Amino acid sequence: MSKSHEWVKLENGTGTIGITTHAATQLGDIVGSQLEKGSTFGAVESVKAASDVYSPVSGEVVEVNAVLSEDPAQVNKDPHGAGWMIKVRVDNPDELHDLMDARAYEQHVQSEDH
Amino acid sequence: MYGHLSPRSLAVSFDETHTRDDLQQLVCAFRGPERPCSSQELEAIAAKLPPSGFTCLEPSLAHAFERKTPYLTHPVFHEYRTEHKMVRYIHQLAAKDLSLVHSMIPLGSCTMKLNATSEMMPVSWPEFALPHPFTPPEQMRGYHRLFADLEKALADITGFAAVSLQPNSGAQGEYAGLLTFLAYHKARGQQQRKVCIVPTSAHGTNPASAKMAGMHIIPVGTDAKGNIDIAELRARAEQNREHLAAAMITYPSTHGVFEEGIKEICEIIHANGGLVYIDGANLNAQMGLTSPAEIGGDACHLNLHKTLTIPHGGGGPGVGAIAVTEALAPFLPSHPVQPVASAHSDSAIGPVAAAPYGSASILPIVWMFVHMMGSDGLREASEQAILNANYMAARLSPAYSILYRGTQGRCAHEFILDLRPFKTSAGITESDVAKRLQDYGFHSPTMSWPVAGTLMIEPTESESIDELDRFCDAMLMIREEIRQIEQGRWDPQRNPLKNAPHTAEVVMSDTWDRPYPREVAAYPANWLYTRGKFWPRTSRIDDVYGDRNLVCSCPPVPEMMAATTGGAPSKSGSEEDRARTAVASS
Repeated sequence: MSKSHEWVKLENGTGTIGITTHAATQLGDIVGSQLEKGSTFGAVESVKAASDVYSPVSGEVVEVNAVLSEDPAQVNKDPHGAGWMIKVRVDNPDELHDLMDARAYEQHVQSEDH
Repeated sequence: MYGHLSPRSLAVSFDETHTRDDLQQLVCAFRGPERPCSSQELEAIAAKLPPSGFTCLEPSLAHAFERKTPYLTHPVFHEYRTEHKMVRYIHQLAAKDLSLVHSMIPLGSCTMKLNATSEMMPVSWPEFALPHPFTPPEQMRGYHRLFADLEKALADITGFAAVSLQPNSGAQGEYAGLLTFLAYHKARGQQQRKVCIVPTSAHGTNPASAKMAGMHIIPVGTDAKGNIDIAELRARAEQNREHLAAAMITYPSTHGVFEEGIKEICEIIHANGGLVYIDGANLNAQMGLTSPAEIGGDACHLNLHKTLTIPHGGGGPGVGAIAVTEALAPFLPSHPVQPVASAHSDSAIGPVAAAPYGSASILPIVWMFVHMMGSDGLREASEQAILNANYMAARLSPAYSILYRGTQGRCAHEFILDLRPFKTSAGITESDVAKRLQDYGFHSPTMSWPVAGTLMIEPTESESIDELDRFCDAMLMIREEIRQIEQGRWDPQRNPLKNAPHTAEVVMSDTWDRPYPREVAAYPANWLYTRGKFWPRTSRIDDVYGDRNLVCSCPPVPEMMAATTGGAPSKSGSEEDRARTAVASS
């Protein structure tokens, strides 16, 4: 998990990326998403705010979750599953060491809420 | 107006206020008094001019540029053809809106200050209102003096060396500033510098502008106090030492705090070859006290429609002038049709807006503000804005938690109320509080920005203590209403907050089955009896449904196409559009 509330799951050199449950709850009902390549790879729009989404790892975007443009609510329903956003061919798996595991992320969220 | 197209040709444009007499005078001016223009000749020229729309003395060109599609076809453009009807229609629209004529609008990060009438008056003078942006400079000496005066005044306020008035918005200013950075790096043989560091707490326009400018964005997070994580910033800057072009920093921060690490942040960026762009959104907390140059920035924009009193609203126009250091001045944008007087012709970047001086006609507002205030007045304005925000924060802090403050326990010119705890304690969200404020006669503060689930309040210097107190009173009363729900005295769903705002129709209806009195719904505060009541025009709507089902309330496109081409719209299209129109009107 990243400080900016994205998660990445690495399988065979491909990282699947989405936003965390905490981020989805904070944003409220997601009403739109726009995904493309780049270090800010997209934006999610909720009733409250439009937020940029950052890629926690560098690499080439090989797939975007097309379902989300039709049904953005998937991000609220299942942020760590069906609400995934992009798949990236990861350049440097070592970058994952900069990220947090679930426990460290939990502490990060609590320190932000303080 | 006219302009030179080439040494031997001249372009002349007329608008609909000109007559044959003007045409005759023009022809006479060129021919001289000894060869007057005969009435037949004049008729021959006039006959070549189409009655309206694009006019051109060369018929083949006129045909090429003549507008062939219909325009202003919506019925609204044809229904108000007398002054009575027009005035009433405009007032009808204005009456639907809660504006600064009713109460303060404490929108955080928007700086909704007074737009003084004296500042606005010159905008309507024909000398300012009528000139075309490409009028030759020698015919616009007054305007050019105003540009030069303003460039100097804005340079003084920001502490920078040079100013471009061209960008039409803060975002366009960011884009222009970043292009200026790239041109600077390129001129030094460092065109590989394309990386832009943007804190995750930045205004959304920052990463958008960097991306538009072709830069590679690297985000940096914030620490628990809401400040930029300096250790992370240093690490990212050092990792990208060879490619770092810029960092975009907002000061005071978007969290409403004077970040103490700001000078260190600028030093880190400079040490790694980058330049610092200061987002000028929060300039209202700085005038005469500090400046983007003082804290170590290389460029900034000024939202002239925030701090420098150009009115917001109606979609603009705004002005996002940029100011830069001496080293960057050669790269400020110019214009190919009419160069900007202060720009450097050999090194300037191309234009970022259609006109050389952007939205020049509203600059007299800024000129008036700066000159009427003077440098002491501008400093007092910023001091008062900061004092007002801290006064409100102090009054509200016993009832609400203030999300971020500086190490001295103070905020800058705005502050964030954290409403997230009430979601657990009473099921009340920031949206419920925002809507309930309408029942009290107030516009909500900025909602869910920069932190979701919060309200951000910015009073500006323009509000009196009475108005600040009245808003604080409303917020404190709403806190007591939340307590009624927390303590189980009010139903968690059927209460005045969840049902807010209350329209006249709802409160006046013969059927009222809610478990609280009508008076609590619509007249929760005493001032509503004496000042008069602003009635919200609609009850709560379903935000999620609305955002997921966008509807255009214009006539459906196939209908407009049918009006244009005379053809019938396709069946499936018309049914779909009827369905959409039905949603729009329901």
